[in-house]
Amino acid sequence: MNRLLLWLIVLVVALAAPYLVYPVFLMKGLCFALFAVSFNLLLGYTGLLSFGHAAFFGMASYVVGHAMTRWGVTPEIGILAGTLVAGLMGLAFGFLAIRRQGIYFAMVTLALAQMVHFFCLQAPFTHGEDGIQAIPRGRLLGMLPLDEPHTLYYFVLAVFAGGCWVVWRAVHSPFGQVLRAIRENEPRATSLGYRTQHFKLAAFTLSASLAGLAGATKAIVFQLASLTDVHWHTSGEVVLMTLLGGMGTALGPIAGAFVVVAIENTLAELGAWVTIIQGAIFVLVVLLFRRGLVGEALEWLRLRAARPSPQGK
Amino acid sequence: MGIPLPVLFGQLLLGLINGAFYAVLSLGLALIFGLLNIINFAHGAQYMMGAFVAWLMLTMLGIGYWPALVIAPLVVGLFGIAVERTMLRRLAKLDPLYGLLLTFGLALVIEGLFRNFYGVSGQPYAVPSALQGGVNLGFMFLPIYRGFVVVASLAICLGSWLLIEKTKLGALLRAATENPSLVRAFGVNVPLMITATYGFGAALAGLAGVLAAPVYSVNPLMGSDIIIVVFAVVVIGGMGSILGSVLTGFGLGLVEGLTKVFYPQASSTIIFVIMAIVLLVKPAGLFGKAS
Repeated sequence: MNRLLLWLIVLVVALAAPYLVYPVFLMKGLCFALFAVSFNLLLGYTGLLSFGHAAFFGMASYVVGHAMTRWGVTPEIGILAGTLVAGLMGLAFGFLAIRRQGIYFAMVTLALAQMVHFFCLQAPFTHGEDGIQAIPRGRLLGMLPLDEPHTLYYFVLAVFAGGCWVVWRAVHSPFGQVLRAIRENEPRATSLGYRTQHFKLAAFTLSASLAGLAGATKAIVFQLASLTDVHWHTSGEVVLMTLLGGMGTALGPIAGAFVVVAIENTLAELGAWVTIIQGAIFVLVVLLFRRGLVGEALEWLRLRAARPSPQGK
Repeated sequence: MGIPLPVLFGQLLLGLINGAFYAVLSLGLALIFGLLNIINFAHGAQYMMGAFVAWLMLTMLGIGYWPALVIAPLVVGLFGIAVERTMLRRLAKLDPLYGLLLTFGLALVIEGLFRNFYGVSGQPYAVPSALQGGVNLGFMFLPIYRGFVVVASLAICLGSWLLIEKTKLGALLRAATENPSLVRAFGVNVPLMITATYGFGAALAGLAGVLAAPVYSVNPLMGSDIIIVVFAVVVIGGMGSILGSVLTGFGLGLVEGLTKVFYPQASSTIIFVIMAIVLLVKPAGLFGKAS
């Protein structure tokens, strides 16, 4: 009963939000939150640190930009194409990266993503430093015009909810159990008969696809696909969001994404200081609260519940 | 192929210089990884700091190249020691990924600070007067400074190799890499050794930065540009042996130079492509031990 009430409140807040807060901020937050949720599937639940997730996010946004600007497809086709391309890239990169573990895995994904960045710098369809600008938002299914801010917001909200639902289902399934087993002790999972490489590759591909979904949606919101989206800095940002919010928690990446986006929006005029502050947050979280904001809150609640109440009963 | 020899050799020399920096930087990364078990993401930032300290000393204090070649690595090394003592030490018992995340954050802070004060346009640093000019080798023109960088890097690599493989200190270091608690039981101050190793690795990066300052311009972004390539170099070579890191570094620099001559579009991606091929054929890396 309490749960149902909670969900009702969440739903009402999510639906009313664009009337209270600047919709573009909300949509940016939702896109990056989905990006972080997809990333958390890898880092939080499988224990794989990918330092190259910007490649999937950015490439999907280029695909949407190209498909909608040049071929004039409807938004849902564009987003589908972007997600698909990101998924295929995830399959290829994952196939290479899972051959190494731990720290090497992070370096391999970072290097592969840097390759994508250089590719996007040179390939003609990305328009180099300019990026793809003024991407038309089009009409959803050929009917709903997405240029109307509130329509766009509800569309982004639906995409976000759908993506989160996929991750939730994946994590709370036998598949997710195996992923967590791999995170805790990979040799043991192998010895129990699980083909851990297959599971890791499946998780990587799913995560890359959803990162692509987030990037594709972002391209429609901002009508822009640029080199920033494939830069290693963006890969670092999604790590920061997940780490700050709390990896391995359902709500952590979402909270982390909104905090990071809010910091960026507030300090946008200060230029390099945004980078400095982000770096400082990395250092502070790693040194002081590795569970992240949501993780620490959950831990506090758990400790409070475990403590015997002063009245005895 | 219709490519004039001077062009070919010129690019090969540039490749050799890039390779020299890859070699020195991956050497430092491998040293730090061996003892601290972390990948030092701040290595690029420390390389950039070396170049900037040299440049600041020249413009603010009028201290020239040769003193900078000693002082700048010391400054960066001391900075490294402070970082190890105050932060990295606390992560010793945790998953090594936290070390990567912490040093990544540090790299962002350092890079951001320099970018804030000096912008992203490069600052020129003049070649020291003793090494100006060049010699005509008949088949190509060799700027003396570039030759010096290659020789100096080789000397640094050889020196580090001698230090680690042929001295008592090096033997202790190798022993501590294999089994730190046992070496500690023999009365060796391993924590001090770890601090010194991180400082030495950072100083090596700083030294590479000073060497690089007259070749490339001094730029806050120079570190992150090179460090990701160095990561790929490390994945290709494996971090098992010093000689392996050095050979891989120089070799890949040369390959990059050749690519610039024959297929320039791929020159920035060739190392990553090689990395992908190595991962398919020999996942542990060319000189790495299978884990």
